[in-house]
Amino acid sequence: MKRKALARRPGTVNSRLIRRPIQRMFFLFLLPTFAAFCIGFLYPFLHGIYLSFCKFTTPSNAKWIWFDNYARALRDPGFRHAFWYTALVAVVSLILINVLAFTVAYLLTRGIRGSNFFRGVFFLPNLIGGIVLGYIWRLIFDALLPQSIVLVTSFGYWGLITVLCWQQVGYMMIIYIAGLMAVPEDMIEAAKIDGASGWQTLTHITIPTVMPSITICTFLTLTNSFKLFDQNMVLNEGRPFLFTATGEQIHTTEMLALNIYNTFYQNSNSRGVGQAKAVLFFILVAVIAILQFRLTHRKEVQQ
Amino acid sequence: MSQKHAVYVKPKQETWKTVVGIVLALVSVFYMMPIIVVLYNSFKTNASINLSAFALPNSETFVGFSNFVNGVMSGQYPFYQSAGYSLYITIVSTALIIVCTSMAAWYIARVDDAFSKIVYYLCVFSMIVPFQMVMYTLSRTANRLHLDTPWLIPIVYLGFGAGLAVFMFCGFVKSIPLDIEEAAAIDGCGPIRTFFSVVLPMMKPTLISVGVLEIMWVWNDYLLPYLVLDRKRFMTIPIHIEYLRGSYGHVDMGATMALIILSIVPIIIFYLTCQKHIIAGIAAGVVKG
Repeated sequence: MKRKALARRPGTVNSRLIRRPIQRMFFLFLLPTFAAFCIGFLYPFLHGIYLSFCKFTTPSNAKWIWFDNYARALRDPGFRHAFWYTALVAVVSLILINVLAFTVAYLLTRGIRGSNFFRGVFFLPNLIGGIVLGYIWRLIFDALLPQSIVLVTSFGYWGLITVLCWQQVGYMMIIYIAGLMAVPEDMIEAAKIDGASGWQTLTHITIPTVMPSITICTFLTLTNSFKLFDQNMVLNEGRPFLFTATGEQIHTTEMLALNIYNTFYQNSNSRGVGQAKAVLFFILVAVIAILQFRLTHRKEVQQ
Repeated sequence: MSQKHAVYVKPKQETWKTVVGIVLALVSVFYMMPIIVVLYNSFKTNASINLSAFALPNSETFVGFSNFVNGVMSGQYPFYQSAGYSLYITIVSTALIIVCTSMAAWYIARVDDAFSKIVYYLCVFSMIVPFQMVMYTLSRTANRLHLDTPWLIPIVYLGFGAGLAVFMFCGFVKSIPLDIEEAAAIDGCGPIRTFFSVVLPMMKPTLISVGVLEIMWVWNDYLLPYLVLDRKRFMTIPIHIEYLRGSYGHVDMGATMALIILSIVPIIIFYLTCQKHIIAGIAAGVVKG
């Protein structure tokens, strides 16, 4: 559908009447956004790639060292730990969030009284930013748990999972509700007349029809977990720390984004490594995004 | 729909619905518990917050609104300043993004030359780049260009947020029939007038979706303003809250609770007034994906 919209037939836009007068207004229409885009994205992005090949404490003393930063980043046990830890958080939260969100959405589309109110309650945490939300839970956990959340690795892990679920179930629920509303009423009625049980209707009609929503939500929760920063920093700060046999420090509850941040700003000598980690992180996130695009669009074609 | 259903619905199923309704009501209370606990703690004395955080305020521990007054007005960096900067940055950035990117998207969709195509694909590309990739170089660039004040940080937001907005507006502009703009041009409208009095009003649904998305992003954003702004002089609400957390134990906990509540209140008001648009925006934005 999108490709069709992009491949405009030549001559559709009247050149003399529309295209050229707009083109003359380039400075007013496109330039402001493009200039800001260069400052806010394009130049920092390219400069970031360049700096990932350099040793530097500030951009002015950058020295080209080829792939040393990348080698150091990949050898860093803290970074590797952060990768696997992030993957573990992502997979578990993905399953929990989607199962819970689908269940709630399914119940709220059955015509239960007060559905609108419940929808609002479940959605609200999503509007609260990561910092405030993380701090609320930090206070709750500190009052609730026998030990501080920054002292026990498992508390930090399940704390993060709890916060992620609390925040995202409502958002995914909205997407599932939209998907469930689009399930044709007559299909469900036909199934009922044919004697299908509620469970059979769910597994044979409802779930296959909302498959696009499931794909979207799966990838959204996955990217959200991989990019998670604010909640991780506020809730457990990557603590507790652990020392390996070789004396290297591992932050046991630190996810990728926080690991990159700490590499940059806790030690100005490791900024090159931090930038190399950031590039690797970008590639990882980009691969997930491209995979998502491929999958969702293939689904659309099938329909 | 309900009428059609009535044919099949049996009384037994109705009780099932009541039970689920009650269970959901209980779950809702638990779901809101963290916020409720912080809310009633904001009316308690410091000592009783530290002693028993889950206890409700009683006649001895209840302090009325004094935590709120203390939190907002006092301290080295009073909260009303942070709130003011947050409000200003959110409103100006969102307005700037909406106006500039809708104009840019119209240019890109209608002119459609090689340069526009390049800009469009760069915008799409920028959507998949995580902030950590550019955080160091972006904050450096912003500092060097003196964009590190609340007054000019909207330009940084426009730059980093342009991708998604341009993408969404372009998708919409391509669905607008050209005849309307041609008619306007034949009637003697220049591009500026055509855009503002013909195209922009038609874009209203997308304007609202983009606006809601940008408001939620900018208001809650922490890392970008933290790295770009001059921290000693300017704070936003998330920076302020994180600063209070960083000084855990050394700050007035009652005031902290009050400030957390104050930073949630605008969000609740925003949700209640724009509920329909927020829900529709999420559903539409995701389905188009």
